[in-house]
Amino acid sequence: MKLKKEKLLELYATMQTIRQFESRIVDLYAKGEIPGLAHLYVGEEAVATGVCAALKDDDYITSTHRGHGHVIAKGAQLGPMMAELFGRRTGYCKGKGGSMHIADMNIGILGANGIAGGGLPIAVGAGWSAKWRGSDQVTAAFFGDGSSNNGTFHESLNLASLKKLPVIFVCENNLYGISVSQARHQPILDIASRAAGYNMPGVTVDGNDVLEVHQAAVKAVKRARVGEGPTLIECKTYRWRGHHGGDPNQGARYRTKDEIEVWIAKCPIHRLTAKLIKDKVATKNKLKTIDKEVLQKIDAAVEFAKVSEFPAADEIYEDVYV
Amino acid sequence: MAARTITFREAINEAMRLEMRRDPTVILFGEDVAGGATLPHMEGENKEAWGGVLAVSTGLAPEFGRNRVLDTPISESAFIGAAVGAASTGLRPIAELMFVDFFGVCFDQIFNQGAKLRYMFGGKAQVPMVVRSMIGAGFRAAAQHSECLYSIFTHIPGLKTVVPSTPYDAKGLLSSAIRDNDPVMFFEHKLLYDTQGEVPEDNYTVPLGVADLKREGSDATIVTVGRMVHFSLQAAEKLAENGVNVEVVDLRSLSPMDGDAILNSVKKTHRLVVVDEDNPRCSVATDVVALVADQAFDYLDAPCKMITAPHTPVPFSPGLEDAYIPSVETIVSTVKSLMG
Repeated sequence: MKLKKEKLLELYATMQTIRQFESRIVDLYAKGEIPGLAHLYVGEEAVATGVCAALKDDDYITSTHRGHGHVIAKGAQLGPMMAELFGRRTGYCKGKGGSMHIADMNIGILGANGIAGGGLPIAVGAGWSAKWRGSDQVTAAFFGDGSSNNGTFHESLNLASLKKLPVIFVCENNLYGISVSQARHQPILDIASRAAGYNMPGVTVDGNDVLEVHQAAVKAVKRARVGEGPTLIECKTYRWRGHHGGDPNQGARYRTKDEIEVWIAKCPIHRLTAKLIKDKVATKNKLKTIDKEVLQKIDAAVEFAKVSEFPAADEIYEDVYV
Repeated sequence: MAARTITFREAINEAMRLEMRRDPTVILFGEDVAGGATLPHMEGENKEAWGGVLAVSTGLAPEFGRNRVLDTPISESAFIGAAVGAASTGLRPIAELMFVDFFGVCFDQIFNQGAKLRYMFGGKAQVPMVVRSMIGAGFRAAAQHSECLYSIFTHIPGLKTVVPSTPYDAKGLLSSAIRDNDPVMFFEHKLLYDTQGEVPEDNYTVPLGVADLKREGSDATIVTVGRMVHFSLQAAEKLAENGVNVEVVDLRSLSPMDGDAILNSVKKTHRLVVVDEDNPRCSVATDVVALVADQAFDYLDAPCKMITAPHTPVPFSPGLEDAYIPSVETIVSTVKSLMG
């Protein structure tokens, strides 16, 4: 699959935006400016980017506790995202949701989700809804290797395949459920092999190769849109940092330094950078310009968040019911 | 509007039928809700088709088709979660989750997803779904098919909880629940399905969160819900023979709860008995008593009393199960004990 130059640069910019956004969160946490938990997506950028680049604005995604990358890739604005992390009323969720619940129904983001495996049934429902409404919208459900052991995985894949629903199940196999390695939480290597049990296509791709992810997503989306049903895409990747900001030594208590270094060497952004330069799609200077623009956007988002107000006390009662 | 006598079961069926005719975004799914209807290998109309294990959705699949009345696998997390997903993307699903006891297998999708999406997302989502489920003891179905448990759902912000007692209320409340833009838990007592009452043929609504005075009285207030409304009314008849006039307040909705109706009645009668088939701890009964203790204490002439199921699972053996359910006799004697 040959992508146009604009599309390739868009993939690059999205991955760089996710990387720089997450890196800024690390700084802001260290300074105590952001409360709560943040599960960072550094190292996994190619998955969200490659999949969401295959979706239209009105397609849906369900996301996870590690959701910043998914929502950025689906088109969320950085200002309201950052403001949400700061707990401000200008945030996507008026400061009520925080890092794990960012949603934007206008661009099909049905929410990051704090419950492992919690988003899969919701994705099935969105798929069902699209089918019943006669729309060609597709839903991509992101989840991790850990969630592939949850009952919702089985129930959702079975139901979606049974009813041929337009859902793409995107498993980000980052090899760990918090501290427990894949080898210690399931007796298989390729999660995509489980697709056979639901009579749906299952593919395993290099989750650090944005082009490979994108290609698999395009194929799955095409299949879903014409009513042929769901696909399970397993993206093998790695989270560079710990489970969340508070994970001691950023995951080095249960992972060797060698292992982490091997994966950092497979950096999805470096790989795309090298390819773009080698194929003469962009010069180093052009990419540096993109990096600079990304940083400016993040600076602006932080500034927006910092000058925004906190919610007023009586807003605690708002939006419980319609 | 012409009215005729139909059963509680038929009233619920009719509410779904009329709402589905009125609004193409209303869909119904759950285990066995089509129940054999419209299967190509079955002859003719297959009038024996089940339509839910207690035949509440009979006839809906033939009228609306299997794309709109869907049998699901036994995958409660998937289909309750699918209701959340469908509701937040433009449909008004009615999900039938057979027995309330089965919520254990899908509770995350109710209380972490359906109930919280709107709040967590700062009001950006709405989840107009109804989950229908059967409640209640007396069916000799033992501990995993007989609970009430509606108190659990009442505890959860973001959910609305409805427990109708009559065919009229069942139809009107279910219509309201389907049109409501919040997730509504709609509980049907299985021993009420065959009870009868006058129900208008046309579509109408009974508002959520509004109690109904099922009987006026001046000497004591019984606050109750569901099947216990009927037990309370029977008790009231017996008490009237002894010159005690009891007021019976049918809450109908537990969330939102009509606190004013409770307080106004207690301020008039000065005595409160709550009759509730659910277990007694952290329950609707304790909630009502707490409300009255907090806001109408000075009006009380006697202690507030709760008549509830015991703090046990529902037993199987008929004698035990009958003793589990609050009885008319207990209601009568409790009210009498307050009339010193």
